[in-house]
Amino acid sequence: MEAKTKDLWVFVETKEDGSAKNVGIELLNPGRELADKQGGKLVAVVIGCGVKAAVDEAACHGADQVLYIDGEEFRQYSTDAYVAALNHLVETYGPTTMLIGATPNGRDMGPRLSSRLQTGLTADCTGLAIDEETGCVAWTRPAFGGNLMATILCTDHRPQLGTVRPGVFKKPEAGEAKAEVVKVDFSFPAESIRTEILEVIKETAGELVDLEGADIIVAGGRGVGSAEGFEPVRQLAEALGATVGASRAAVDAGWISHSHQVGQTGKTVGPKLYIACGISGAIQHLAGMSSSDVIVAINKDPDAPIFGVADYGIVGNLFEVLPALTAEIKKMKG
Amino acid sequence: MKAIVCVKQVPDTSGVVAVKEDGTMDRAAMATITNHDDLAAVEAALRIKDATGCKVVVVSMGPPPAEGMLRELLAMGCDEAVLVSAREFGGSDTYATSQILAAAIKKIGVDDDDIVFCGRQAIDGDTAQVGPQIAEKLGMPQVSYVAEINVDGKAVTVKRLLEDGYMTIKVQTPCLLTCVKELNDARYMSVGGIMECYQKPLEVYNYETLKDDPLIDVTTIGLKGSPTNVYKSFSPPVKGAGMMMEGADKATVDKLVSILNDKHII
Repeated sequence: MEAKTKDLWVFVETKEDGSAKNVGIELLNPGRELADKQGGKLVAVVIGCGVKAAVDEAACHGADQVLYIDGEEFRQYSTDAYVAALNHLVETYGPTTMLIGATPNGRDMGPRLSSRLQTGLTADCTGLAIDEETGCVAWTRPAFGGNLMATILCTDHRPQLGTVRPGVFKKPEAGEAKAEVVKVDFSFPAESIRTEILEVIKETAGELVDLEGADIIVAGGRGVGSAEGFEPVRQLAEALGATVGASRAAVDAGWISHSHQVGQTGKTVGPKLYIACGISGAIQHLAGMSSSDVIVAINKDPDAPIFGVADYGIVGNLFEVLPALTAEIKKMKG
Repeated sequence: MKAIVCVKQVPDTSGVVAVKEDGTMDRAAMATITNHDDLAAVEAALRIKDATGCKVVVVSMGPPPAEGMLRELLAMGCDEAVLVSAREFGGSDTYATSQILAAAIKKIGVDDDDIVFCGRQAIDGDTAQVGPQIAEKLGMPQVSYVAEINVDGKAVTVKRLLEDGYMTIKVQTPCLLTCVKELNDARYMSVGGIMECYQKPLEVYNYETLKDDPLIDVTTIGLKGSPTNVYKSFSPPVKGAGMMMEGADKATVDKLVSILNDKHII
């Protein structure tokens, strides 16, 4: 397909209540830069039910235009309805580039859409730029479990599609809404949705785990030794107003739920401060947290790879360090 | 019914990762394994076979040595294997790969009550794209990130993982499911299975076998048919070492807190 415009689209995924998920707003930040270089508009695309909140949010975070589709059949994500809606929008407006958050739904929808549009899709990107030579988007992403980075181009097919990892880019500052808001009429027959959602279970009810939005994360790994071993980690997190994270080893051992997991198969985070307690620093873990502004590592083993990325490292027993650290911070905060 | 399972042979990225001087992965120097998520998909299919006696067909696209992996899966209890292998297929990105695999699955034949299984993602490419792209080409409904499966005739009920929980979804066959490794623990090959696996059918589909399918075209397969191309690859940048402090005593903790405080980090 030929692109009809030089516009760059950001797909803004909505929650059930019609507000925007973080990642869609985050992507307006790199989206702005790419759109300016491409010489087209930055367009936010919102699909859902009762999506005024998401439309407003996209409008005041830098979008030039917001295209939205609103309908009961889009309240819950379904592959069939969402891919049909996006396919319709792309065929009608012809963007040259589209960014999609690499959430479970984004990674379900992106490939299905690329296959229907017969175009290229780069998965789970962590770096975005415009290649000077071709003018194409240079999509950079980790592969081989984070051991290798690859930069990928889609030169001949349009639109160029990419899913982008949540938590890699920061949200742009909110400002005055200047976007042109366009409601697009599109409906999808509910009976044509071939997947029926029987129930939705939020595992974190009562205990909010917002790793991607956290300013500070205190994370525990194999070194905490048991479910009880997370207690000093939790106490430090509480003293700092931080969120508790975990490595895959701790999650696999059953000491803490998967929603806390940071790393290649968990969440990618970029807080101001990441405190890694008893985490050795396998490449799969580093892939999820190495873009943190400041990293503190506490580990018994002076040769642990985590110290290779840490700004400050303490070699010592975390069960001695953490209580002392918690007490000191409480004292300081008075 | 039958289960068709797509599997990939991948380098083991959990052990020592060999990188060549030019920064690319030295695949030859690494052990190969069956991709974890795909193994969960195979086990899921075998459990349905245990319960219903259905047939399980494994299909893999790759170079001829991938036959060894397919024999192992036959030894686990799969009934038939198909190796999709041709020079023309080399260099395919996910779009081209899914075109070829979809054509191979059509050749195997999909009945009304069949399920196609894939892993969520392969540990080498990490894209999670091939499954949904195959589903699109076959016109099937899909459910990705599947962590539990119950089959009742043509109704399939699955648990799909989300960022903050899960949902239960009901879908009718024929459908495509992409499985996560948390779904199950795969069984071992049995001694009897190893004895039998060389008698089981293993077919090779090459370019000739599939070329009449409309999905197979020079513009849709191999390096030339791939919309995306790797422009360069490199090792991830390593951050310089930071400040190390020894000991778990109060002096160390005080020092850290005062640094973080001075820099307005906490």
